Amino acid sequence: MSDVRVAGVGLTPFGNAPERTSRDLFGEASIAAFEDSGVPRDDVDALLYGNFMGELSEHQGHHGPLMAEAAGVRAPATRYESACASSGTAVRDAVMRLRNGEDDVILVGGAERMTNLGTAGATEALAIAADDLWEVRAGMTFPGAYALMAQAYFDEYGGEHEDLAHIAVKNHENALNNEKAQYQSAIEVSDVLEAPQVSSPLGLYDSCPISDGAAAVVLTSEEYAEEHGLEAPVSISGTGQGGDRMALHDREYLARSPAAREAGEEAYADAGVESADVDFAEVHDCFTIAEVLAIESLDLFPIGEGISAARDGRTTADGETPINLSGGLKAKGHPVGATGASQIAEVTKLLSGNHPNSEFVEDATTGVAHNAGGTVASATVHVLEVSE
Amino acid sequence: MSETDSETRDAGFDEWLDAAEEDRAYYLACPNDHGSLPPRRVCPDCGATELEELELPESGEIQTFTVTHVPTPAFEEDAPYATAIANFGPVRITGQVVGIGPADVETGLEVELEVTVSETTGERVLGFSPV
Ligand SMILES: [Zn+2]
Repeated sequence: MSDVRVAGVGLTPFGNAPERTSRDLFGEASIAAFEDSGVPRDDVDALLYGNFMGELSEHQGHHGPLMAEAAGVRAPATRYESACASSGTAVRDAVMRLRNGEDDVILVGGAERMTNLGTAGATEALAIAADDLWEVRAGMTFPGAYALMAQAYFDEYGGEHEDLAHIAVKNHENALNNEKAQYQSAIEVSDVLEAPQVSSPLGLYDSCPISDGAAAVVLTSEEYAEEHGLEAPVSISGTGQGGDRMALHDREYLARSPAAREAGEEAYADAGVESADVDFAEVHDCFTIAEVLAIESLDLFPIGEGISAARDGRTTADGETPINLSGGLKAKGHPVGATGASQIAEVTKLLSGNHPNSEFVEDATTGVAHNAGGTVASATVHVLEVSE
Repeated sequence: MSETDSETRDAGFDEWLDAAEEDRAYYLACPNDHGSLPPRRVCPDCGATELEELELPESGEIQTFTVTHVPTPAFEEDAPYATAIANFGPVRITGQVVGIGPADVETGLEVELEVTVSETTGERVLGFSPV
């Protein structure tokens, strides 16, 4: 089976741009990705595009052909919707299509326009990633769902809000040099602890911001990359996806994410690596507790130990396993449909030495991207490696 | 939401709320003793299609909870409020904790179902009140 090469990546700045349509955002990201790749638009066989709330935020469905147009690509285009894992699932399908020889070049990415909804509107839009009848109508919000998991985690494994605060501090620190990040400002533990409560025990600084932005990635088969002499040293060598029951209360565990574990195990086996081989990861930290669940699910830390990893300096930039060197969703921003593809872009840049934080992972050969949907009823994991 | 939408009931779910209001709450049981909540035609655990309505235990125990300060617009007037997941044995359920201050909610608290209404919309809300 041939590897899939990352030929080029492109990101818009993530942040507050309520006036920008998702077609404008994706157009910009795709230009950057094509320029980075050197691949002509004519060679693209398909566009796989992630978006979650387009109907609610800009009264737009049927994003596929619209985004192909925005990217200047004449190819069949399909939208993927898996809540916050939308473009992660798009990447996974792109990898499988390139591997089985169906296509040679795929443009994959995603975008989300969110800030024009305002806080209340975005809270409502995000909530529909949960079970409408049994969760949303009981007043559960998206931060509320993660708060339920955080409280369950504290009760089961210990830990406190201050442990979570160290995760937020770390991710803000990592974003300082990332010019595409929404926040390039340092915060302190006390800022997190003193911030207004959103859904206890989670406060404003435990939560990722509401963001606008897009990400685009040009993926090619290994054959295409070699035939065309592309400089594409990073490959996606493993892909995995896991699923779980929709409502949190129907899950076997309230403080673990089995869907992400399943996705991670599948991706590691697919790539032929073990968790011990992972040098760093970009994980889905939509809330500080989500990073804890993610690094435990990926078997980077034992269950119950993820909570203290940031505080102990094990996941900081200079730690043994840096997590979210981009700043993560927390500081880089979380334009929902773009997030999974943006993680692939960040890991690629880190592995190829083109990232402002590459110095922290100079000898790294293996990075992982973890993208979660809802309260992790969906999860995708991708292993990226520097090709020999 | 149009008038028609708001008048349309959700089959299975609204009947369940009706039953809960009359203290006849139930869960769906498959032949392999898996519990689940309606509307549902298939057991999500084993795929069995013979589902039977069995009486829900009278009380449940709060397993985790949160106090929400930033709600969706449908609960704007209700915030802050406590949301919890309570274990009723065969099923766990998410509900809003009523009849007690949000600050007094804790893990292990014994609760029973109480269908209440949103102060914001007047819509029915599945709630829990301390036993
Ligand atoms: Zn069953």
